[in-house]
Amino acid sequence: MGAMSVSMEEFLKRRKARNWAILAVLVGLCVLFYAITIVRLTH
Amino acid sequence: MSLTDVTTAEFAAGTAPLSAASVGDYWALLKPRVMSLVVFTGFAGLWVAPGHIHPLLAAVAILCIAVGAGASGAINMWYDRDIDAVMNRTLGRPLPAGRMQPNEALAFGVILASGSVILMGLAVNVVAGALLAGTIGFYVFIYTMWLKRRTPQNIVIGGAAGAFPPMVGWAAVTGDIGWPSVALFALIFFWTPPHFWALALFRSGDYQKAGVPMMPVVAGPRETKKQMLVYTVVLWPIAVAPYFMGIAGAAYLALAAVLSLCFTGFSVAVWFDRTDKWPKRMFAFSILYLSLLFALLILDRAPGGLLG
Repeated sequence: MGAMSVSMEEFLKRRKARNWAILAVLVGLCVLFYAITIVRLTH
Repeated sequence: MSLTDVTTAEFAAGTAPLSAASVGDYWALLKPRVMSLVVFTGFAGLWVAPGHIHPLLAAVAILCIAVGAGASGAINMWYDRDIDAVMNRTLGRPLPAGRMQPNEALAFGVILASGSVILMGLAVNVVAGALLAGTIGFYVFIYTMWLKRRTPQNIVIGGAAGAFPPMVGWAAVTGDIGWPSVALFALIFFWTPPHFWALALFRSGDYQKAGVPMMPVVAGPRETKKQMLVYTVVLWPIAVAPYFMGIAGAAYLALAAVLSLCFTGFSVAVWFDRTDKWPKRMFAFSILYLSLLFALLILDRAPGGLLG
């Protein structure tokens, strides 16, 4: 078990993909919380 | 100086806590295959429960069950990273392969576990949230940290963690714990030992190497096969219980009886087999068995039911 070395280019690519994934999750959560609020208020 | 330049300098100097984990590694941390079965059984509990739940809240409940199960898997991988590194089956996981730092995995798991429980409690109901918290806690503390490395009964008692999802789904609709949901719990609970021991029979070398006291390693294949057979027989009344509890029809009863007999048949074949052939077949059938039983429960409750 040990740290795996990756190239700088690969590291930046993976970090960019992680950041996009986090953005997608955050936007999804915002939409979800909005929808839950509407449902809880109206039902 | 741009952010990229700073990163480049830190990267070259090795001074920054840089993560080489990809999105796929985070996904692998959630144990997606285990998660899919948990989601399926959780949905079945929700589907067969009496009462009504708004479709969006039902989707939120399933999402929380999925995320909670994934979080349990991530924390499990964090704790078991030492033994994962010596077993062929788990060697390629993100932590033993060195693609992710242990703290990243732990933080990821804890954040997801907390988030799923809070969301379930606030958006669906407190009982479902509490059951989900109990499920995650049971898997992490009772199974992973306490039982797994200490006793060959690890997956017998630890199997309860995998058996809770239908109860969580049921509670999401009804807000309580009904006896039929306990029957669904029992179905998974008593299915888990023969399922895992079939796997352990042809992977015992791996478990032995890692020092995990699985039944075939501690008690030997003969005793394991005997206990597997006993569990498959114990499953007979439990598999048909949903019919007698009024959450499934006659078609379910007939098919559950046939499937349970087949499961015992596989166990008998494993008893006489001295190779890995039948344990492998039984492991594959065990997944099919549980999936089919829950699929039948869902179909039986669908508009029109199994018999139209």
